Amino acid sequence: MRRPLLVLRVIISVTWYKSSEASSVSSYLRIRNLYKNFGDFTALKDISLEIEEGEFVCFLGPSGCGKTTLLRAIAGLDLQSFGSIEQAGRDISALPIARRDFGIVFQSYALFPNLTIERNIAFGLENAGRSKTEITGRVAELLDLVDLADQGKKYPAQLSGGQQQRIALARAIATSPGLLLLDEPLSALDAKVRVHLRHQIKELQRKLGVTTVMVTHDQEEALSMADRIVVMNHGVIEQVGTPTEIYREPGSLFVADFIGETNQIHSTITAANGLTVGKCALRSAAHGFAQGQQVIVTIRPEDIIPHEPGSRRAESDHSALAVTVGEMEFLGSFWRSRLTGAELGDEVLYADFSINAVRRLSLAAGSALTIELPADRLIAFPAGGDDVGNG
Amino acid sequence: MSATAENLRPAGRPIKARLGRDDLAMRGFMAVIALYLVIALALPLYAMLSKSFSTYQFDLTSYEFQVSDDTGNFQTAPITAAALNETLQAVPSEDLATSSDGRLPATSFFPEFSFRSPMIYRIRGTGEDVSFLIGSERFSGTAWQEVDSNTFRRVMLRPVRSQGLQNYTTYFSTPSLFRSIENSLFISALSTIITVTLAFGFAYALSRSCMRFKGVFRLIALAPILVPSLLPGIALVYLFGNQGMIKGLLLGESIYGPIGIVIGSVFFTFPHAMLIITTALAISDARLYEAAESLKASRWKIFWTVTLPGARYGLISAAFVVFNLVITDFGLPKVIGGQYNMLAVDIYKQVIGQQNFEMGAVVSVVLLIPALVAFAVDRQVQKKQVALLSARSVPYQPRANPRADWLAFGYCSLVAVFIVGLLAVCQFAALIKFWPYDLSLSMNNYAFDLMDGGGWDSYYNSIQLALLTAVFGTLVVFTGGYMVEKIKGFETGRGLFQLLAMLPMAIPGMVLGLAYIFFFNDPRNPLNVFYGTMAILVICTVTHFYTVSHLTAVTALKQMDREFESVAASLKQPFHKLFRLVTVPVCLPTILDISIYLFVNAMTTVSAVVFLYSPTTTLASVAVLNMDDAGDIAPAAAMGMMIFYTNAGARILHLIISKGVLKRTQAWRFR
Repeated sequence: MRRPLLVLRVIISVTWYKSSEASSVSSYLRIRNLYKNFGDFTALKDISLEIEEGEFVCFLGPSGCGKTTLLRAIAGLDLQSFGSIEQAGRDISALPIARRDFGIVFQSYALFPNLTIERNIAFGLENAGRSKTEITGRVAELLDLVDLADQGKKYPAQLSGGQQQRIALARAIATSPGLLLLDEPLSALDAKVRVHLRHQIKELQRKLGVTTVMVTHDQEEALSMADRIVVMNHGVIEQVGTPTEIYREPGSLFVADFIGETNQIHSTITAANGLTVGKCALRSAAHGFAQGQQVIVTIRPEDIIPHEPGSRRAESDHSALAVTVGEMEFLGSFWRSRLTGAELGDEVLYADFSINAVRRLSLAAGSALTIELPADRLIAFPAGGDDVGNG
Repeated sequence: MSATAENLRPAGRPIKARLGRDDLAMRGFMAVIALYLVIALALPLYAMLSKSFSTYQFDLTSYEFQVSDDTGNFQTAPITAAALNETLQAVPSEDLATSSDGRLPATSFFPEFSFRSPMIYRIRGTGEDVSFLIGSERFSGTAWQEVDSNTFRRVMLRPVRSQGLQNYTTYFSTPSLFRSIENSLFISALSTIITVTLAFGFAYALSRSCMRFKGVFRLIALAPILVPSLLPGIALVYLFGNQGMIKGLLLGESIYGPIGIVIGSVFFTFPHAMLIITTALAISDARLYEAAESLKASRWKIFWTVTLPGARYGLISAAFVVFNLVITDFGLPKVIGGQYNMLAVDIYKQVIGQQNFEMGAVVSVVLLIPALVAFAVDRQVQKKQVALLSARSVPYQPRANPRADWLAFGYCSLVAVFIVGLLAVCQFAALIKFWPYDLSLSMNNYAFDLMDGGGWDSYYNSIQLALLTAVFGTLVVFTGGYMVEKIKGFETGRGLFQLLAMLPMAIPGMVLGLAYIFFFNDPRNPLNVFYGTMAILVICTVTHFYTVSHLTAVTALKQMDREFESVAASLKQPFHKLFRLVTVPVCLPTILDISIYLFVNAMTTVSAVVFLYSPTTTLASVAVLNMDDAGDIAPAAAMGMMIFYTNAGARILHLIISKGVLKRTQAWRFR
């Protein structure tokens, strides 16, 4: 009698989950209306966020944006002033660290200097009713997992930075916590080691399926590792989305500017999908601005398509402009080119042209060419808003 | 109602952390140690302060007498003591002011009193709190007490206590008392100028020259730390006293007085100043010197524009430390001060000599003021000094310069001769039969059991005190430092604790000792069971030297990764496991440093414990004082040197243990 009932229950809950994707019931970590005040300074303003089980989420933003504060609130290291945090359906808002369920890796690694690698990893396994052999086995397994099987007898100071970081990771996941918190785990490492560790951490996370939150100020790190990125600025969430969403469809001028590089051009709205830049009218992605409104329109340098001068064979939906090439800067796989022209007025565009395109069009400083601006890559944001970066 | 303000503070109450077991345990530990500091420091000081405002006076209007005729019948009306005194003028009004122990015989008011007379006397108070003694029994209240004439001579009136500034008025209207303020300031200022100048030269030679034997010079310069401050006084007596070896050098001036105090103060404060200034010079940045040289600045100019400004905070800090040491020191002026009064000695004289505890408290409060000012300034300067440190500084490497190096060597040799000389004189005096008449060697002066001061027992007591202080003190200080450093949140409590931990540095030893008398010797205080025991000596000494130990511990703890506790908590491990397995082993060198610091100071301290020892807990350092007081100067020197050798031995032992422990437990430090 019992079994069918259970099956029914599962079916119901699954369908219910599907019917309401945004529903918080299924979220593993649920943050609601979080505030953090340090005296008069508000470090976090009304943060609400949901993280699914098994997800890898990055908090990304410039220093002082509140990303570390948010992580420390989740860990209970620095309690939020207002708001609630739920983990696996349990309200952990005010719980002490020891009664929460997470492993954490700090930027400093915080390995115990006087204990061997083995004892560091075993630290959290002791006092939990495990036998000695059980612990030894688990430690060996973890050392294997982070590719440091032969380093167990050494002291932390005898390992390189990258190795220490992996030990810290092994220690954090030793007790199989439900949540893994990484606080700028790679920022103290060399560039090469960092790239290597990125893959290793991501791999490990996928293998273990542990819900992971990582704080970083390095957009490359976030874009390459995260399932979803939470872009933060001045204590608020600017945008939440997958790496491609964040990059292709920035939700605010700040995001457009902070992630990757982008041209910012002053512009006036002319129609529901049209605007003017300098002296020419451009078709853009659909936007909700009223006619005549001043906006900033953005386009990434690599989205600008070069054509031979004079060609006006742009697809119907795309605008074309005649420009002159200014300085060209060689950046390895492409040339960054400064573009000006009568049609642009006082505005300047930067475009990244592939080496092939430069050769094909024989581009050099002073060349004339026509550029195509795909309408769906021209994204408008309100002008005069704050956080306009320096482009 | 602005919308933004609404946004920043949402409705509802802020989240309050729920405390885990660890949080509660850590707060509990901190509370216990804070309670220790309150009992061992704050309450005694409060008791002393209130004592200094207490005045005691015989209130004659509140006593009534009635005298019978020869047959025992009371024919005359009761009469107040005040009325009797008015007609008799038996007790002049200035004699009515007294101390808490004051007693006034009732017979003073009956000039024709005879203990053989058949008359019967009655006495009573006019209020409930009026009290008097009959024999040793205390009576109070308005009921008549009837006594025969033989008993009446044992009736004593007791003073009433009131609050007021009268003690201070008395103090400042007694020239022999307030003259000490001027004396203390003068001696301290003079000693400070001389010591800091000498120590700067010495530290400069150590850090900026390439002379030989730097290590030896450093060791010699630190030697005075190992002896009680009064030992140089004894050496000076032998050198320049009435029968001194080289008395003629003083050109007729007496060593007993300012000259002796200043020379002795320079001796015992020298290592403190030298250490601080050496540190200040060590952090100077070599790049500044390179820049100055590339600009073709002369050595002289470099000294004035780079060296001195770089060390200025060190110099200021050293000056205030020395000033504080001198003004609060008691042993040295006691031994060599002669008739020249200083504040710290005044406290001793008032309390031990005249049993005037209230006046002792007043002098203590007066002595607190310069000590507090010096302390506050020093703290400010120390903060600035830290800011000077930069991770990018390049340490300065001196280059050989034969002439300057020989000059430095000569100068350091002179200072070394001064320090070693005074110690050698003491040792010499201790081994001679009877200066200056019988110069044969003997061990007679080590027969301490034949002298005042407690004999060899006081030496063993001192070692016991030093060991207990080292063990108990290190435990309390390090635990307290850990809790205050690592507890999460609880800012107010931690701030208060820090304040309590900093306070002992500002409290002169004499003041602390006297405060202990007031607090622990109060019969109403249940803690007075400690009075006269070894325990109170340990408590007092730990408290006296708390601050420096605390700062040492906190500095070491600050260097530990802030996140160790977070990691341990996230791994569900209790803080005491982390403390045991990581914190203590990593901080072991610091822990050993704290314990040797406490040991050495417990061996040499005189000021605080001089009020607190009992016949069973006499101490070596106090024995030096008492034997000197009794004229047994040679044995005093012998005992002083025993303290020196014990401390030197302890230091060597500490060095060996530290090295051994380091080798065994600190393997992780080396790659």
